[in-house]
Amino acid sequence: MAAPTMNRPDSDMPDFEPKVQTITLAKGINMGLRAAMEADKKVLVMGEDVGKLGGVFRITDGLQKDFGEERVLDTPLAESGIIGTAVGLAMRGFRPVCEIQFDGFIFPGFDQIVSQVAKLHNRSKGSIKLPIVIRVPYGGGIGAVEHHSESPEAYFAHTAGLKVVSCSNPVDAYWMIQQAIWSDDPVLFFEPKRRYYEKAQFDPAVSPDPLWSSRQLTSGKDVTVVGYGPTVRIALDGAAAAAEEGKELEVFDLRTLSPLDLGPVYESVRKTGRLVTISEAPSNCSISSEVAARVQRECFYSLQAPVLQVNGFDTPYPMSKAEEEYLPDLDKLLHAVDRSLGY
Amino acid sequence: MPPPKKKAQRATPQVTKADVGAPDAVSQRPSPEQVIAGLRATSEGGPDLVQLLTPEGERVHHPDFDIDISPEELRGLYRDMVLVRRADREANSLQRQGQLGLWVPLLGQEAAQIGAGRAMRPQDYGFPGYREHGVAWCRGIDPVQILSMYRGTDHGGWDPQQQRFNMYTIVIGNQVLNATGYAMGQKFDGKVGPEEDAEATIAFFGDGATSQGDVHEGFVWATVYNAPVVFFCQNNQWAISEPVERQTRVPIYHRARGYGFPGIRVDGNDVLATLAVTKWAMDECRTGNGPVLIEAFTYRMDAHTTSDDPTRYRLSDELEAWKLKDPIERVRVHLVREGLADQKFFDELEAEADDRAATLRQAVRDLPNPGIDNIFDNVYAEGSPHLDAQKAEFQAYLDGFADSAHGGGH
Repeated sequence: MAAPTMNRPDSDMPDFEPKVQTITLAKGINMGLRAAMEADKKVLVMGEDVGKLGGVFRITDGLQKDFGEERVLDTPLAESGIIGTAVGLAMRGFRPVCEIQFDGFIFPGFDQIVSQVAKLHNRSKGSIKLPIVIRVPYGGGIGAVEHHSESPEAYFAHTAGLKVVSCSNPVDAYWMIQQAIWSDDPVLFFEPKRRYYEKAQFDPAVSPDPLWSSRQLTSGKDVTVVGYGPTVRIALDGAAAAAEEGKELEVFDLRTLSPLDLGPVYESVRKTGRLVTISEAPSNCSISSEVAARVQRECFYSLQAPVLQVNGFDTPYPMSKAEEEYLPDLDKLLHAVDRSLGY
Repeated sequence: MPPPKKKAQRATPQVTKADVGAPDAVSQRPSPEQVIAGLRATSEGGPDLVQLLTPEGERVHHPDFDIDISPEELRGLYRDMVLVRRADREANSLQRQGQLGLWVPLLGQEAAQIGAGRAMRPQDYGFPGYREHGVAWCRGIDPVQILSMYRGTDHGGWDPQQQRFNMYTIVIGNQVLNATGYAMGQKFDGKVGPEEDAEATIAFFGDGATSQGDVHEGFVWATVYNAPVVFFCQNNQWAISEPVERQTRVPIYHRARGYGFPGIRVDGNDVLATLAVTKWAMDECRTGNGPVLIEAFTYRMDAHTTSDDPTRYRLSDELEAWKLKDPIERVRVHLVREGLADQKFFDELEAEADDRAATLRQAVRDLPNPGIDNIFDNVYAEGSPHLDAQKAEFQAYLDGFADSAHGGGH
């Protein structure tokens, strides 16, 4: 098994040893939660329907059966209650992992997140630590009804005291959820729900990257492309498609949205002179906008073209039969790449 | 053709801006709403009100809640109330003198807070709103630390985990859920039971907060998880300008029934009754019979904060009626009448209050201004290279001034 990640406490429970296997992203999170719960009795899972049902996406499947009702809590149906009680539990020394059932349902808990979760450590001069993970299945592309397809990550990245990450693949899902749990800071953990059932080969002997780091996925000299969560797949497909036309894309997976790890992106842009960001969220005041702002500041003399953003529109998320128009896709990405190269 | 009717003709005279702050503002004819609000707010609390010491200082008994208390303990409660009132009045003056940005007066709620605070054991945990200066006193917190928050030099200054008393919570009702979660943790840790070191949690909030969703959710969570939490609602009759009738149609303590746990209305101006009821409630919780709702029926005798002007929305008659139910005076009368304290006790206490007030005044003036460390530190438990860079950039900017000392602040 790979080396334990940050802050992982000593445990009197037997080591959880997953084998080399093909897993889905959903399974990766499930296995990661299980590993964390095995390692530390203070890790709790709480949320709506996370117990017997295993969550509406089955991410917590089997956990209540194995860890009991006091460690996997089927909570009453109120998001502020989930977050607000997690604050008290964390003050007591627990490490709660809260599930918000869908992106659009996080807002009843928004007050607790920005008013208490984000600030108590600072207000208490470090006396109170809130190692809370808030898991949020997010993004569109699944033909859902209203409030089930949103990308609200920027609200949280905007708030000091919170950390925000998003996994894009099954292996990261397994490691990143554990790293988020062992973090002493509150972490918003955004899960790309339309990628839940994508598969990858998992080898526990391969050590994970640090949580607060972006990752370069392809090398190329023409255009840098930055995505995260559900759009990383599109960026990779874009790189393959562009390669057929003789264009090289250098693709990055941000992984951490707050703090941002843009050092490697700056290096890339200084080489390519061009950057295209891709994200499902509306672009106004978004992660993409922040990346663009920082890149223009750090790479001003290297830029050959303005930073272009492929985003959802600055509209409410549309009815599902129109979401194909709304969402970033391969064609929109390649169009932006061509525009960038046209400057 | 008749002239068109004017739309918003009103029968009652309106208080205009020019009237505000005028010496005779309170003597102006009150609106019907003010009269009704005032009448309701001065009601006696109804037949269910638990009382052990009448406003006239007479010790009475209650079939369910009574308390054995020594003269020394009673003098101790009296001392607590006198000292916290004195600190409160001092803070109010300091605000008027420009030494505090704001003050949130405690006046009138001393018995509710000292009764509740002294019902807590060291191992219990309290979750305050922002007016719980009396409870803070019982948790061993120096009043200057509370004043530091209202001076703007700190967010509170005490160590909540050490004192087992959370930071003040200003967003109304948030703390009720946090307290409930903490109590769930006490239960999960096996700290609920007959043992002497068993624990309970107490959440403080007001009548206005009962309208918040977080309070409702806290009640729901606590009841379905049997969390050892006492919900201590100080009904001081007013949420800034809104009377309690704007928050509820039933007495607040009745609400507990709907959630399936006991609700008790106690005379919040009676320190003995509040102590007895809260002790009972905390013990119920620590032994596994929580939660409990307590409505401490009291009165906010001063403004909501020093920025508020109660003459705009309530009658001075109401205040006069509540002065007769003063929480401190009834204990003084009782101590004197029963021969439980002599003049020397009162004189010495007065001198102690004077001393502490002088110390507090000086300590407030001596509070150091926060430096930039206070802005950037402890945002993240694990630190932040991004904030380190932002701080260094700001420090370099400050250092660029000829008089760079103003930038350090520490």
